[in-house]
Amino acid sequence: MSDESNGVPATGTPEHYAIGIAFGNSYSSIAHISGEGKVEVIANEEGDRQIPSVLSYIEGEEHHGTQAKAQLVRNSKNTVASFRDYVGKDYKSIDPTPCHASAHPIESDGQIHFSIKDTESETENKVSVLEITARHLRRLKNSASDFVGKPVTAAVVAVPTDVSDEQKAALSKAAESIQLEILQFIPEPIAALLAYDSRSSNPTADKNVLVADFGGNRSDVAVIASRGGMYSILATAHDYELGGAQLDQILVDHFAKEFEKKHKSDPRKNERSLAKLRLEAEAVKKALSLSASATFSVESLADGVDFRSTINRTRYDILALKTFARFTRLVEEVIKKAGLDVLDIDEVILSGGTSHTPKIAKNIEAIFPESTQVLAPATTTTALHPSELSARGAALQASLIQEFEKSDIDQSTHEMLTVTPHLAAAIGYQVSGQSADAFTVIVPAETAVPARRTQVIGGLQGDVLVRIAEGEREIKVTQAAPKAKPETNGSKEGDDDDDDDSDIDEDDEPEEIREKVWKPKQALAEFVFRGLPKGSKVEVTVNIDAEQVVSITARPVGGKGGLRGEIKAAESAQNGSA
Amino acid sequence: MAQVEIISPPSADWKGHSDANPNFRTLGKLSPPVMRKIEPFGAQFLAYARRKRHGRTFSEDDRIQALSKVKKSEDDDDGEISEPEDPLMLARDAKDWKGQDHYAVLGLSKYRYKATDEQIKKAHRKKVLKHHPDKKAAAGQDDENDSFFKCIQRAHEILTDPVKRRQFDSVDEAADVPPPTKKDLQKPSAFYKKWSAVFESEARFSKKTPVPMLGDANSTKEEVEEFYDFWYNFDSWRTFEYLDEDVPDDNEGRDHKRHIEKKNANARRKRKSEDIARLRKLVDDCLSYDERIKKFRQQANADKNKRRLEKEAAAKREAEEKAKAKEEEERKQKEDGERLKAEKEQSKKAKEAAKNAVKKNKRVVKGSVKDVNYFAEGGEASPKQVDDVLDDVDKVLGNIDPDQLADLVSKLNVAGKDAGKVKEIFSGTTGELVGAGKLKESDLKVLK
Ligand SMILES: Nc1ncnc2c1ncn2[C@@H]1O[C@H](COP(=O)(O)OP(=O)(O)OP(=O)(O)O)[C@@H](O)[C@H]1O
Repeated sequence: MSDESNGVPATGTPEHYAIGIAFGNSYSSIAHISGEGKVEVIANEEGDRQIPSVLSYIEGEEHHGTQAKAQLVRNSKNTVASFRDYVGKDYKSIDPTPCHASAHPIESDGQIHFSIKDTESETENKVSVLEITARHLRRLKNSASDFVGKPVTAAVVAVPTDVSDEQKAALSKAAESIQLEILQFIPEPIAALLAYDSRSSNPTADKNVLVADFGGNRSDVAVIASRGGMYSILATAHDYELGGAQLDQILVDHFAKEFEKKHKSDPRKNERSLAKLRLEAEAVKKALSLSASATFSVESLADGVDFRSTINRTRYDILALKTFARFTRLVEEVIKKAGLDVLDIDEVILSGGTSHTPKIAKNIEAIFPESTQVLAPATTTTALHPSELSARGAALQASLIQEFEKSDIDQSTHEMLTVTPHLAAAIGYQVSGQSADAFTVIVPAETAVPARRTQVIGGLQGDVLVRIAEGEREIKVTQAAPKAKPETNGSKEGDDDDDDDSDIDEDDEPEEIREKVWKPKQALAEFVFRGLPKGSKVEVTVNIDAEQVVSITARPVGGKGGLRGEIKAAESAQNGSA
Repeated sequence: MAQVEIISPPSADWKGHSDANPNFRTLGKLSPPVMRKIEPFGAQFLAYARRKRHGRTFSEDDRIQALSKVKKSEDDDDGEISEPEDPLMLARDAKDWKGQDHYAVLGLSKYRYKATDEQIKKAHRKKVLKHHPDKKAAAGQDDENDSFFKCIQRAHEILTDPVKRRQFDSVDEAADVPPPTKKDLQKPSAFYKKWSAVFESEARFSKKTPVPMLGDANSTKEEVEEFYDFWYNFDSWRTFEYLDEDVPDDNEGRDHKRHIEKKNANARRKRKSEDIARLRKLVDDCLSYDERIKKFRQQANADKNKRRLEKEAAAKREAEEKAKAKEEEERKQKEDGERLKAEKEQSKKAKEAAKNAVKKNKRVVKGSVKDVNYFAEGGEASPKQVDDVLDDVDKVLGNIDPDQLADLVSKLNVAGKDAGKVKEIFSGTTGELVGAGKLKESDLKVLK
């Protein structure tokens, strides 16, 4: 570990204990792998697993998390919140007038600082965002160390996909200042996928996954090609003005108006009242994720008047209709960016606190075919806690790599290794006796090479010709014959879902049926087996090596006489030189 | 429907591109790939990085990894769950899952009902790693199907579901320990070893825990009694659902279905009561061979005898002691009598001796005055003088006690015939007697 012996007092012990940290603008979570090998999200001293990323100072005493967040009402000037996205940025590049009522960022030497009274004296100090981050990380690190009963020395930190190298460097520096080594940064959508795959019975299945992370102040979505347990991001999309805070605002406005109607004054005009409204609106919003109605209640909201009201979920869904639609739109946008169709997405993971909202999950579920699994509490009972996914994935990654040295990790994650050719088109087969249009995928597109897949072709007899080809996915649109049942992608696996009670838009007008069909595009090779007994199966293995040489082996299952052939690499490959 | 073109089977003169590979021909080339970044996360990426950095192919890497894994698991704690796999078992059809030995499938034959959840988990992971169809295909293994993998999944499903595991454990004959035969029991020590194994295995069915065990030759009577008592009242959770005949789930044969269900219920009941009878017989048998029972009976008999003998002995001893006490008493009385007599005689003698001494001393005293001639100064003492002296002497002797007398005599013996001294001595004595009120001075004439 030659690259981190700089000044940090040598801990001496090689014992590394690494945790996963999700460091959000609004909330942070920490997780580790327990003795039984299970992912465990760690609760801090206050019992919170979602720890508000907030620090507050009262007469020099530091408060953190939920306690600090409560200070937004009385002590907002000495309370720092929503600072993650400032880390590693110049003052010039940020919008210093954020909507949240806490200590405002100020400039000092071009860097972002907060002017707060963080000591007992009455003078304000300029504290850099790096220092704030270090203090926040220290609290997280200490909570984790207390919980696991040994000093935590390292972490994998989950960050959005668009975090720059400078931001990562700044985060690493802040962590280093509190003797925490950041082993690796993991993109939040990858962490979420890892969290789900770690409990999947078949984590290496080829699939296209969409991960939507709906947070407090921003939303990030990504489409990931998961191939044999390896992940390639095909596209990402972001909305920096969409998140839980927007939903809170809807409720703030709603109740403020109600208050105004009764008491003829707008509580939003007073800073303290507004802070109270916000805190309560967030609580009501969370309650509405669980139950059909919730009570909004604030003591002395404005002018000493207590305020109490209720709201049910339907009302909330109507109020937030437009905002909810933006989440769905973001999902559609990223699919388009990836050059895919909703039918190509096998799995949707909803992550981030706002994904608890039932209507958001239901709306998203509705744009996908039934065969797509949408993983959110409102759509899948076995879904993981959306707020915990990033921390869980980070913890899994941390446990995988904690035994390696940092230099080793850096080498293994270098672009030399990670940037690699991916198949442009799917490779599959056609077989005699089937339609000349039929095509079954063996290796899907976007699979990194080298790759190897095996498929068994069943129901063969006599002389058989198998053709290996590249295929193309088409979306076939047909007008529904009345009462026809929508075909799901039947070519992939046995479709056992014959329940056609789709409650999504059963309108009167003839419904469009969209199907995914595979067509052969470019034949690569063919081979024959002669005189196969009835009911034979042939197992085909396609192996593409690093130089894109495709080798094919095939053999009748349980029989003799396998064969093998090779397809040379295309000359047009950028590294090929005839 | 439009006319669909069908791919036709190979014509008779279909040829490969070369004679060396007559059944294969190349038709085209792969489209140029797209460069993308693989996200460096997850276990599969680690494997990828390892392959890439060491320039290994899939199969090379599989082999190297398998080797290092084997080495690791040998000194790993889960080395315990490696046992050879029976080729017959590997060839099992997963459909016949009821007939499979779920423990053997996971390599836990040694542990069976004793296998911990942790062991099952580990064993499962290990078997999955080894038999996963992907993995096998990757290794280019000539195996026809993933049937055994399904067996593994089934075994895992059953052994990790507490209810299903109990149902299977209930009929897991491989965990049964048959009761020992007579021949087995020829060696006397064999009894405890063999029967303990039987009860240890039967104990797995007990609802109550802890289950008392057979113990050994040194077990106490209470322990042995508790053991048989427990086992004669054994409360077993053993059930026999696992052996149920499959109930058809088609809707047609409803009566048939009910019939099978009834049959199953009856069979379960029958098996249960057979099992209870079996266990009872087992305990009976063990009891009949249990030397400790004989020992305790003999001991009980011996105890009884011993108690009787002890009682008799005690009675005898008592009698003897009484007799002895009486004898002693008599002897003592006799001795006392004799002693009294002797003492009496002795005191008589002493008295006599004293009397004699007094007499003798009186004689000496009387003699002493005669020896000094009755204090006559020159010449014969007048009769009056003699009478007066002798009267005085008589008075002295009449009132003197023997000790004073002896004292007087010894002094007189020293004085001899010195009249002055004799008189002085007498005066002393009379003085004492007068002082003691025994004499009056007026009574004395000479020896004042
Ligand atoms: N049960 C719930 N129902 C609805 N919203 C919830 C629920 N739990 C948390 N939230 C909201 O989720 C948001 C926080 O999400 P998350 O924890 O993912 O934040 P984050 O990672 O810090 O995101 P960002 O960095 O975008 O702020 C908050 O607005 C919070 O109110």
